[in-house]
Amino acid sequence: MKISGRVHKFGADIDTDAIIPARYLNTFDPQELAKHCMEDADADFPKKVKKGDIIVADKNFGCGSSREHAPIAIKGAGVSCVIAKSFARIFYRNCINIGLPILECPQAVDAIGEGDEVEVDFETGKIKNLSTDEEYRAVPFPGFMQDIMDKGGLINYVKSKV
Amino acid sequence: MGKTIAEKILSSKSGQDAKANDIVIADLDFIMGQDGTSPLAIKAFYEMRGLKVFDPLRIAMVIDHSAPSPLEGVSELHRQMREFAQKQGINFYDIGDGVCHQLLPEQGHVVPGDLVIGADSHTCTYGAINVFSTGVGSTDLAAGIISGKLWFKVPETFKFVLNGKLPPGVFSKDLILYLIGDVTADGATYMAAEYTGETIEELSVEARFTISNMAVEMGAKCGLMAADEKAINWVRKHSRRDFEPVKADPDAVYAKVKEYDVSNLEPQVAKPHTVDNVSPIGEVLGIPVQQGVIGTCTNGRLEDLRIAAQILKGRKIHKNCRLIVAPSSRQVMLEAIKEGVLEILVRAGAAVVTPGCGPCVGTHNGVPSDGENVISTANRNFKGRMGNNRAFIYLGSPATVAASMLTGKITDPREFFV
Repeated sequence: MKISGRVHKFGADIDTDAIIPARYLNTFDPQELAKHCMEDADADFPKKVKKGDIIVADKNFGCGSSREHAPIAIKGAGVSCVIAKSFARIFYRNCINIGLPILECPQAVDAIGEGDEVEVDFETGKIKNLSTDEEYRAVPFPGFMQDIMDKGGLINYVKSKV
Repeated sequence: MGKTIAEKILSSKSGQDAKANDIVIADLDFIMGQDGTSPLAIKAFYEMRGLKVFDPLRIAMVIDHSAPSPLEGVSELHRQMREFAQKQGINFYDIGDGVCHQLLPEQGHVVPGDLVIGADSHTCTYGAINVFSTGVGSTDLAAGIISGKLWFKVPETFKFVLNGKLPPGVFSKDLILYLIGDVTADGATYMAAEYTGETIEELSVEARFTISNMAVEMGAKCGLMAADEKAINWVRKHSRRDFEPVKADPDAVYAKVKEYDVSNLEPQVAKPHTVDNVSPIGEVLGIPVQQGVIGTCTNGRLEDLRIAAQILKGRKIHKNCRLIVAPSSRQVMLEAIKEGVLEILVRAGAAVVTPGCGPCVGTHNGVPSDGENVISTANRNFKGRMGNNRAFIYLGSPATVAASMLTGKITDPREFFV
């Protein structure tokens, strides 16, 4: 699967409270959560994000709480992929489980700028910066994780096996 | 080749010879969800066509994040949890019972050698009693309560060797803040932390929970300790379950080992807005604070309340301050009442709220206003964490918070311990 989109860039240690503050956890509707997505990191993000956009962030993205509302809010906002230098462990697992594509690629994060157009190929882990014509390689997921992602998350994966 | 505690527990629970970086499917001993994460797990449970949980006695749901409910929407989520718990016959803790991470060990649900998941990142707390416990999201929780199993990547282990005795007025909270500041917020990402050495042996089990609780703030999957006699006696007092403690082999292989001497450690404070932004107290003395919080799964136990009471006894908090105290469970609250600890705190000016997570996680019970500084015994000081992204949160020990409440500014608590 290939996707492409415009980049929103974030720094290091973006925590789940910044992605979706606990004060909005009175719902798990993706559209409702999306209205406050990344609000405490960039108040304008919910207004400016467009379907298909890509988040590019420094190290330890998604650190903090186990709330699955965080990847759900990002997916609900229409973000097609998150590329970071590294992800916090629970967030990483939650992304796979709800089917939000993520990639670890420090080299891409350093090179890609705010507003760049980027294309991602999940099978090969190839990331192409269409604005600068550069290419970077992320390590693709292990097979069974990729299977879960391809099915759109763990729920659909379980359904397909039952 | 020898094994770490994490490798041993995951080997025994998966029936495989598991080594770091292997992926295993393992049997779960206990599974927990709280009110921030359980409703989504219940939805996932039904979407996965779940009918019955694998074993109701090995599952608990706890209402602690918004207890009692501050909002209509939250009340509906609580209703769904109560209905699910009743239908499935699982363990259920309602408002006022306490914070999930206090309840699981206190009520005897988890014992040394267990493999436990909880839909809360601070599930790593039970590592202090030799439990491989780790936080997961709601979908993993749903898969767990249906099948009693989950897949794990066996973590490498980061071993912390801690030597020396903590000086008076310096506590396990100061130690873990210091370690997080040293290795940073992602210093142990994807790894198990193992805390060893004479410093740990000296600490009470309550103080050890504080250290394991914050393992996730260095990115770790769990924060393990061996179960010595002190830990074993503590568990026997709280649980009737049989157990077999798990020790690391002398020739276990570690990804990293760091050694520290804590004999000269000073009180530590984490400054806004990351937990690893840590300074010795000398660098933050005098910063004005308007609100203090003593409680949470990190530092809301009886020992913590006693330390605060020791400082606040016969005194009044500063007129520009308000102090919120949230005991970590009903049992802790009852003991604190019986001992007179709560009376001391209330007389000193504290506002005592329902045992729960509210003030720490910003759902209710003490949202600061714009530009205010808070000093808290919690484990996170992220921007917006307490419900206002224009407030500033400092983290310290119960002693540091209590001492700071007397002066209205960040204060070194050591003068109360000479």
